[in-house]
Amino acid sequence: MLTITNLTATVGDKQILNGTSLTVRAGEVHAIMGPNGSGKSTLAQVIAGHPGYEVTGGSISYEGQDLLEMEPEERAHAGVFLAFQYPIEIPGVSNAYFLRTAYNEVRKSRGEPEVDPMDFLDVMAEKLKVVEMDEAMLQRSVNTGFSGGEKKRNEILQMAVLEPKLAILDETDSGLDIDALRIVADGVNKLRRPDRAAIVVTHYQRLLNYIVPDFVHVLAGGRIVKSGGKELALELEAKGYDWLVGEPATGAVTA
Amino acid sequence: MSTTEARVSSFLRHWEASTEAPAWLRDLKSRAVASVEAHGFPTTKNEDWHFTSPAPITEAAFDPMRASTTAPTAADLAAVAFVPDAWPTLVFVNGRHAPHLSRVRGLPDGVRVMSLASAWHEEPTLVERHLGRHARFEEQALAFTALNTAWMQDGAFVSVPANVTVAEPIHLLFVTDAQGAGGMAHPRNLLVVGTHARVTVVEQYVTTSDSGYLTNSVTEAAVGDGATLTHHKLQREGRQAFHVGHIEATLGRDSHYVSFAFSTGAALARSNIYTALAGEGCGATLNGLYMLGGSQVSDHQTRIEHAQPNCYSREHYKGVLDDASHGVFNGKVYVHAIAQKTDGKQTNNTLLLSPDARIDTKPQLEIFADDVKCTHGATVGQLDDRMAFYLKSRGIGAAAARQLLTYAFAADVIETIELEPLRVELERLALERFVA
Repeated sequence: MLTITNLTATVGDKQILNGTSLTVRAGEVHAIMGPNGSGKSTLAQVIAGHPGYEVTGGSISYEGQDLLEMEPEERAHAGVFLAFQYPIEIPGVSNAYFLRTAYNEVRKSRGEPEVDPMDFLDVMAEKLKVVEMDEAMLQRSVNTGFSGGEKKRNEILQMAVLEPKLAILDETDSGLDIDALRIVADGVNKLRRPDRAAIVVTHYQRLLNYIVPDFVHVLAGGRIVKSGGKELALELEAKGYDWLVGEPATGAVTA
Repeated sequence: MSTTEARVSSFLRHWEASTEAPAWLRDLKSRAVASVEAHGFPTTKNEDWHFTSPAPITEAAFDPMRASTTAPTAADLAAVAFVPDAWPTLVFVNGRHAPHLSRVRGLPDGVRVMSLASAWHEEPTLVERHLGRHARFEEQALAFTALNTAWMQDGAFVSVPANVTVAEPIHLLFVTDAQGAGGMAHPRNLLVVGTHARVTVVEQYVTTSDSGYLTNSVTEAAVGDGATLTHHKLQREGRQAFHVGHIEATLGRDSHYVSFAFSTGAALARSNIYTALAGEGCGATLNGLYMLGGSQVSDHQTRIEHAQPNCYSREHYKGVLDDASHGVFNGKVYVHAIAQKTDGKQTNNTLLLSPDARIDTKPQLEIFADDVKCTHGATVGQLDDRMAFYLKSRGIGAAAARQLLTYAFAADVIETIELEPLRVELERLALERFVA
């Protein structure tokens, strides 16, 4: 589904990604862990098409298409979704209007008819349950005045509505209490299907008790320095990252 | 005769001292004429008009506006104005009360809503007590207020007795039709809100034609102790029209004045909202939104006079400027030495959609008390890239994201309007304007 090859990327003058390679196949969940500043968020943002990062080398192929040639909205239409580490507040746009517009834009791109506001409420009723959010949340401006936990749940709500093929969670678990963490994990697990995949960027092993990954990768210095199964996360939790710094890159992961 | 005097005299060409009016009113009008003649019209040399030249108005010639012989129908009004059926409404066409278009019924006992021309006779005591007592005019910057005072004949009179709450907003709708072309109208409104009374008044200015004319309105408001006056203004004049509007409110102890000024119309518009916080513990909330395009000029000047202790003022004006339009926001706050514990906050944000659009924003705080909290802030900018990326990452295309964010910028301040039908209508207008 997704093949990242020798990706290098900079922000300003600073090189963040240093030849990252990763292969994600349909049905798989990959966890990406690593110390602060290792490039985890950069990788997530580059996949989503954030204009603040410049890709200086390498490639990303998504379902046979050159992802780097696609606009962020085209990536979304093709089924790529990034749950933001820091969701953006948009005062003045109701959550309901935002979600419906996004939902319809994605439907339009697939040649499906748009859904009117009344029918959309029916769609939403079910999705709200997934994230245990109140309908009143839909009338509030996007993320505006939301608590940290509400913002993260709102990301998962958007994901549940858009039903992406490739979901990328950028430290969605950071700052969540255990109840919110379970809600977020449930949202991701409900989306798991043989034709979908997820990349879970996290700083903590804790989330992986709820979203059980097929693979765990350690990103350090902008490269994947270690890959393994879910047990690697436990090892990292116990030993930290220091023992891995300096290990050679493992290159493209095939499992 | 200097040019300024010549211009003033052209605006007073047909003016005559009324012989029927009571002595106090004849005196008020004579003083207004004398003031305009003595001071002349302001130019950009006048500090209060520094960013907006009134020359397009003062160098033009306007005759008193002709009455309409073919008054607009209710359908004509609905096409250009927001006219909810449930709102008691006074309609004025070309500056004159139009009883057949107005409907005032179902008001609580003692609430008076009528034309000022009727109030001269029916409520002479209240009119004399308040008319011309709130809106000052004896300085050059206020020449248009003086002109209005000299010319005033009709407008709206609203009086709410003590302890009465009026559920439905009272709507004052000012329409200029094609026969008003080249004319000037001077609507004069008086709002008297009794102790602990509550009422909402919506002033709306529209036109059914695309011709040039001048609306020069003045509204005076007396807000009694513990009372709340919510007072919204919709300035939707024609693109060839000029609009000068002056609102001046005096607030009693523990009272609240809540205002929203919405401005999309006129070639050149100047809107003053002056509030005197004259009783302890009272406060003013002044919000507004201007959305301009073409070569429109719209100038909002607010003046909040903190004259007593423990009062608050909250002010948030936003502007969306496209093409070569020009917006001005001048927020004056005076805090008298006695007005300790004043709590004031002022914000002005402007979104520029075009490199040729221009905003002049000027906070002006003069504080003579030493124990106060007064803040102000202004931002001028383009759309937020982070917000745009967020929307795009959800599948919303670049053009649609831009439209949505422009709408959101405006809607953010519209959301402060508690009067739901008006809030929904202004959101609709903003959506229609910015989202294809």
